Amino acid sequence: MAITSPAPAITSVKPMRRSSSAALAWRRFLQRKWAVAALIFIVLQVLMAVFAYQIAPYDPQYSDFTVTYAFPSAQHPFGADDLGRDILSRIIHGTRVSYSVGVLSQIFIVLIGLPIGAFAGLKGGWIDFIVMRLIDVLSSIPGLLLYILLMVVLGAGLENIIIAMTITGWIGIARLVRGQVLSLKEADFVRASRSMGANTGWIVRTHIIRNTLTPVIISMTLGVPGAMFAEAGLSFLGLGIAPPTPSWGQMIGIYQGFVRTWPHMILYPALVLAITMLAWIILGDGVRDALDPNIRS
Amino acid sequence: MGRYIIMRLAGIVGVLLAVSFITFMLMKAVPAGPFDIMAVNASKSIPDEIKKSLEVKYGLDKPVIVQYLLFMRNAVRLDFGYSFYYQGQTVLQILQNQWPYSIQLGLLTMGFSIIVGMGLGIGAAMKQGSWVDYLGTGVSLFCLAMPSFVFAILLQIVFAVKLGWVPTGGWDSPQQWVLPVLANSLGPVLVLQRYTRASMADVMRSNYVRTARAKGMKESRVIFIHIFKNALTPIVTVGGPMLAGLITGSFFIESIFRIPGIGMFWVTAIQNRDYPLIMATTLAWTAIISFTYLITDLIYALIDPRVAFVKEK
Repeated sequence: MAITSPAPAITSVKPMRRSSSAALAWRRFLQRKWAVAALIFIVLQVLMAVFAYQIAPYDPQYSDFTVTYAFPSAQHPFGADDLGRDILSRIIHGTRVSYSVGVLSQIFIVLIGLPIGAFAGLKGGWIDFIVMRLIDVLSSIPGLLLYILLMVVLGAGLENIIIAMTITGWIGIARLVRGQVLSLKEADFVRASRSMGANTGWIVRTHIIRNTLTPVIISMTLGVPGAMFAEAGLSFLGLGIAPPTPSWGQMIGIYQGFVRTWPHMILYPALVLAITMLAWIILGDGVRDALDPNIRS
Repeated sequence: MGRYIIMRLAGIVGVLLAVSFITFMLMKAVPAGPFDIMAVNASKSIPDEIKKSLEVKYGLDKPVIVQYLLFMRNAVRLDFGYSFYYQGQTVLQILQNQWPYSIQLGLLTMGFSIIVGMGLGIGAAMKQGSWVDYLGTGVSLFCLAMPSFVFAILLQIVFAVKLGWVPTGGWDSPQQWVLPVLANSLGPVLVLQRYTRASMADVMRSNYVRTARAKGMKESRVIFIHIFKNALTPIVTVGGPMLAGLITGSFFIESIFRIPGIGMFWVTAIQNRDYPLIMATTLAWTAIISFTYLITDLIYALIDPRVAFVKEK
């Protein structure tokens, strides 16, 4: 009786395709039906924002005084407002504002917060101390309060909203990146890499940046609805986008005065805003689960 | 512990100084002063000499940094001076008159959110995958996606305008409290539902709960003594700051439902360039929020002996 049998000869080796981590993440993302639906919805909205002038049935600024306060009809599917402007067209143009604020503010926040956080985490010492105290002070002012003060100082307008959001928003990313860098510095694979003679530059490039990017991307996706919400809130208070440029929050704020008699005016921008936020939140959850399967509880 | 508290109090003083300085400088950077706004509102123009003498009277002619120091010298004695806009009223009086509205709204919201949010969270954790769990997920998704001011207006349309069950605004009778509290509770319900569920689920998987069950302990005892007590402690950490956030008022809810709370007054104070009122409110908010964080941390350490006062690395 043979104690060991010879290993079977390998006749054919199936070439294994090595999938990149991005491809794997994409595959995991596609398994989440709601997230895919949200993504499709968002892509459609982006197209709507880009081609707003072609898609919108009317000029959003055009007043037709024969249809003021008109209830929804075939000519005006979402009705017309107090100045006889087509509400659907205004909502379509409002998409431009929401998406500009949501996406651009997140890009600027990362461009500023990521280097600061990474620098503080890597250098440590007094630089870290100063950055952290600055973050402590800025985060002890209630967020909305700082937005409002900044907007009053800067004045209404799309660029100013993005500036105000970047001033307040980089804190979160910087703190996130700093924490990530600090824990990665002590991670076993980084120590192993260092013990094998890797220099700091190499470790930062291959280990730290890659592993920090995942939470940053997740935070960006989840930050977009937050920024959209803040824009809507500021415009609602009359501090965000100045008329006549339409924005969802601003429409809600202005049409609020007509809620008693013509509630349809406010209903559609409110619903569109809520559905858009929902889509982004579902997308953000999907992205998080796809990029970081360990987080899934 | 005494040393820890002193360190934290020193930190709060630092934060208050920094916040007061930032707010003061931002406020002064806002174009147009209080008298310009007054002139616009009255659609009159104020002669330059009168404006000058008004500015001298209120000390607005001095350099900004001197104005700041003068303000702070009085502020440490809680003397914020007179409001620029509400003539004859001190800022302290305005805060005393308006803040109770915000506190009342905040406390009612907190109570409602605890019942709904924690109820849903506990239910979801006890019966994971059941309809309660799905209801909780649905409610929290709704709370997450629905901006509070949009929800407030939708509530107004349905319950005040269409059905006419409750008034659209005001704060004099309990019927008027229903909609603002509902609209205000979106955020708190979301946070409480998620934290309670996660914390409960965590504890239920723990070894000591399994041990308690294995010993043959009565299920009710396991749930109330072992699970609840331990699951509710982490919730204290979110509950404290949440309460602070709620009693400092809400710009949106107060303005939509016409509640004369401090949030609404702050926004109008900015519009009117009512410098003393802006500063006093901002500082009061920062102080409340900072102290709540401190108190929350202390309570947490008292109920959870594993927490030690070690310096954060």
